[in-house]
Formats: sequence, structure tokens, C-alpha cells
Amino acid sequence: MMSAQTDVEQPQDRFSTSISMRQGLVRAFIVLGVVCLAFALGTLFWLVLDVILRGTNWLDWQFLQSFDSRFPREAGIKAALYGTVWMMFFTIIMALPLGVAAAIYLEEYGREGWLKSFIQINIANLAGVPSIIYGLLGLTIFVRLFGLQRSVLAGSMTMALLILPIIVVATEEAIRAVPSSLRDASLALGASRWQTIWHHVLPEAMPGILTGNILAASRAIGETAPLITIGALTFVPFTPAGPLDRFTVLPIQIFNWTSRPQEAFQNLAAAGIILLLFVLLTMNSIAIVLRQRARRR
Amino acid sequence: MNMGTRWKRLLPLAAVAALATSLVACGPDDKEPEATAAANAATAAATVSPDQALKDARGKLKGEIVADGSSTVFPVTAAAAEEFRKQAKDVKISVGIAGTGGGFKKFCNGEADLQNASRTISTSEVEACKAKGIDFIELPVAFDGLAVVVSSKNTFLSCITVAELKKMWEPEAQGKIMRWNQVNPKWPDQPIKLFGAGADSGTFDYFTDAINGKAKASRGDFQASEDDNILVKGVSDDQYAIGYFGLAYYAENASKLKLVAVDAKGDGKCVTPTVATVKDASYQPLARPIFIYIKKSVAERPEVKAFVEFYLSKEFTPKIQSKEVGYIHLEDAMYATITKRFQSGATGTLFPKGQEVGATLDRYLK
Repeated sequence: MMSAQTDVEQPQDRFSTSISMRQGLVRAFIVLGVVCLAFALGTLFWLVLDVILRGTNWLDWQFLQSFDSRFPREAGIKAALYGTVWMMFFTIIMALPLGVAAAIYLEEYGREGWLKSFIQINIANLAGVPSIIYGLLGLTIFVRLFGLQRSVLAGSMTMALLILPIIVVATEEAIRAVPSSLRDASLALGASRWQTIWHHVLPEAMPGILTGNILAASRAIGETAPLITIGALTFVPFTPAGPLDRFTVLPIQIFNWTSRPQEAFQNLAAAGIILLLFVLLTMNSIAIVLRQRARRR
Repeated sequence: MNMGTRWKRLLPLAAVAALATSLVACGPDDKEPEATAAANAATAAATVSPDQALKDARGKLKGEIVADGSSTVFPVTAAAAEEFRKQAKDVKISVGIAGTGGGFKKFCNGEADLQNASRTISTSEVEACKAKGIDFIELPVAFDGLAVVVSSKNTFLSCITVAELKKMWEPEAQGKIMRWNQVNPKWPDQPIKLFGAGADSGTFDYFTDAINGKAKASRGDFQASEDDNILVKGVSDDQYAIGYFGLAYYAENASKLKLVAVDAKGDGKCVTPTVATVKDASYQPLARPIFIYIKKSVAERPEVKAFVEFYLSKEFTPKIQSKEVGYIHLEDAMYATITKRFQSGATGTLFPKGQEVGATLDRYLK
């Protein structure tokens, strides 16, 4: 035993014995970390500041209440704003129940085994697939095969597919975090499996489920590539009146304005970005508030 | 545990759903303010006041028109749609930017009513349309000039021959022609920075056809972008950069860029692209007509017919040459002839061989 230990690397071989050197290394690492952080935050701050400086003047009631125009002063974001709200509404009502139900099945009912882990690995992989692939899928299936054309519904279904894996993974995590003693207690008192899930597991997991869902929805709001692929249009001077109407969304409108030759449209795009940021931050705040409320109970 | 508290735990979920519903619910029912705004703008902007009967007829129209295609033609069709909406507020016209090639794919698949094209339909696209039984009416709507530009900091280049452009841009130049003095010994021994249109754009097709003799034949090692603003920025920042894009983008950024005159035959006759030189076809070979294609089966629909006639009418065409749209309108007589062609419902292309460089529109007058 003793002889074997002498072969093992001794602790003092692995790091310098000089205390001042080690402390110096720590300090250097802290400095490096702070520089990285400052660089990342500084860039972000600078970008946001630039957008705010450019766009604030353009952000007024008229901007929110007008359709796109070739005159920057008359152009507004109404069609895109309504398009985004319509699309998100259908995306959420499709993706949320499906995703939560799938996660409940996988966590509470699905038997452990190769099939379950196969499904879970694939869902995790799907969450990492580039969004444009979902766009191509949406184009082939929803737009062409289902004949939905470039409607709100086709866009929502594509977006629902895109965020479904994220919702499933987040919900699974939340359900897994519920202590199994809670389930055992409920079952021991004679509750059925479904009663246990509905009355104990789901309410307990609700903060996590909500956070996951709202973050997934925030991702869908900012996505442009899949919608461009399915052919969401750029000049849409009307708001959708139903799920089968054509539409445009905030990021597409912003993208379109940045590609116009007139300088003023760049500022208009900045105003659009502020609005998009506002919508995103609002959604994230709702997530935080709901989570806090659900936790307090 | 009683039912009450259990339900409270699920409340947040219901709150999200309720919020989403209320946001959607307040959707389509506030048309009033923008209708009045549109009416005001119409009275202010109309250069030729249309007769009242025509206006009333347009006001009663209903329907949808889906336009897609070239990003170059987009500003013209979007402006026409914007102006038309002021009179016909129940006609929903949307315009996409799939690129000329991407647009024809959709158009010949029956997914669009109107196709914007910065070049004429190609023979293979005619075949694709035929295969799906889609007849089309081809209508030129304006002229566009492609501008060859350098930075305003550039001091040595004011005129370039087509042969020199070809030497710079042809596929064989890739990886070889990297310095200015390789193209012309009088130019400095400095690297050439090339900026050009992306491969999905009609601008790319037209430039390569006009300069290199074959559409899409180009060197690949240049900075390509569908977004002309990126090209403007790239060229204007670098004194040794050169690029090409629509004249409209030059006009918007004239202070940062220098327009290069083009010598078509190498005989020292340098022509700078202007409204006049594009219109009389003396700026060659980089001036071109731009087109819209209308699906024959929808052309008889009253709202489509009214829109296309408006597009080609004196009410709208003068606006094509405005600062906001940036193209060069055709002669009034030409628009009258083209309107007649549309009304007669003549299908097919007058460019049976596909794209022609330096084409004039005289054939429409016959």
C-alpha cells in the first residue's frame, strides 16, 4: 500500500507552493473575468444605447397606429405588431398544451427504458436544430401540403414546432424537481395517478413550467428566419382578421426597414427594435411575476 | 386541501391565456383613424385628381392581391399598393421580397397573383409556369440603371470600360485579379475590394449577363449581399473598393460615393448614368427595364384589374421617379400602350430568348 502511494502524484507537484504566486494567479483571473464581463456588457449597453438614441424620436402614437409607407414619417408598425400578437396567440395555444402534456407523459407515465431515453435524446436534439430548418419544414408541410398558404396559422404552426422541444424540456425539468415524497404521500392516501398529477405535481411545478413556456415564447417572438422561409410578407398594409389571413411580424418589418436606402428608415427600424425589446421584456417580467406569485401561494 | 387553493395554483396559466386573448381581441376594430389619415394624405399627394366615378368604383372593391418577387421592384409595387389603398381600402395588397428567381418559383407554383421581376422571365421559368398551367401577362413598369460606384475617397477612377469590368468580375478572375494595376496598369498597385449583389437577386443576374455575357457567371470571391445598404457602407469606407447596385441607392448616398461612368465599347465615350441616359438607352449595357407579371386567371378580377390599371395610370406613374421610389418612369405613351396590352389580356413574353442586354421596349409599341 505504502509503495503504491509513492507512485501517485503528490499534491505539491500539481500546483506551485509559492502562496504569493498563487494569489497573483487568482487576481489575474479575476481581472480577466471582469474584463470579459465588461466587454460583453459594454457591447450590449452600447448597442441598446445606439438603438434608443436613434429610435426614441420616432416612437410615437402615429408609429404604433400606421401601416408601412414609403414616407418614413408616415410609416408605422401596426401590421407587424398585430401580426406578432396573432401569431403568438396561436403558437401558445398550440404549443403549450401539447408540450406540457408530452412532458407529463414522459415524466409521470412513460416507462423507463430505451424508448423513453431515445425520445428524450431526440427532443433535446430538436431543441438545438437551427430555426431555418423548421422554416423549410413549415413551408413543405403547412404552407404547401396543408394548403394554408402564408397565413397566420401556417406561421403559428411552424413556430409551435420550433418551441415545442424547448417547452417539453423545460416542463420535464420542472416536473422532475417535484419531490417524489409528495407523489408517494398522495398515492398512499388513495389518490389516483391523475389526481396526484393534477392536484399536487402540476401546481408544485407550475412556476418552472410557466418560466419555461414564457421564455420559449420570447424566443418565437424574435425569430425571423423560419417566417421568411415560409414566405411571410414584408409589405402588409392591413391587420389580420382571422387565422387564415396573411401577416407580417416585428422582426421582419425591422429587417425590411434596415434594407431601405433612405437613412430615416434606419431610425424607424431602431424604433421597431425598441418596441420588440419592450414586448420581450414585458413577457419576461410576466414570467418573473407569475413565478413569484406561484411560489408564494 | 380544498378545491379553491388548487385552482389558485393554476391561475397564472389562465392569466397568460386571458392576456393573449384580450390582445388579439382588440385587433381588427380600429380602422377609423388611419382611414381619415389616408384620405388626408390622398388629397395632399394626388398630382392628377382622378375622376370621382373611378374613385367611387375603387372604394367599393374588395379582395386580396398577393405580390412577391424582386426586392428591386418592391419599392415600386409597394408604393403603388400604398397609393391604391388610399382609394380602395378594402383591397388587401401584400408585397413580399423573395427575389426575382425565388418569386418566379412561387408565381409559377400558383402561390402569387403578381410577380415583381427585375429581369424578364427565363425560358426555364416559362416552362415551369406552363407545366402548372399558369398563363401570365408581362408588363414593363419602369427603368432601372445599375450604378458602378467607388468611394468618394477614390481619386483615380472616373470612367471604366465594359472590358475592364469583365476582367474584374468574370469567373476566371477569381483568385487571380486581386490588384487594381492588374486590370489597368495606370491604376495603383493596391488590392481591389469587390462588392456586389447576392446570387438570388435579379441585379446579380442582370449585371453578370451584361458584363460577363452569361447570367450568374461571376467570380465568387467578392463581398455579396442582398442588402444594398451593406454594399453602400462597404464601398464608401474604402478608397480601393468598387461595387454595383441600383441607381436608387446611389442617389440616396451620393455624398459618400462616386459614380463611375461606363464606356460600353472602349472608344472613350464615357456615359454617366442619369435619368436621361438611362431613358434614351445611351447608358449601356447597365440600364434595364423592370417588370411585373400578372397571373392571367386573376387579371379579370375587378380589384386586380383596377390595381394594375392604377399602377400604369398617370395618377401613379409620376411617383415612380420620386425620391422615395427611385426609378425612372417610362413615357406616357408607353404606359398607355402597356395598359392596352394588359386590357387585351395578351399573354406570354416578348422576350422569348430570356433576358436581353440593352433591350428597349419598342416591341411593346407594335
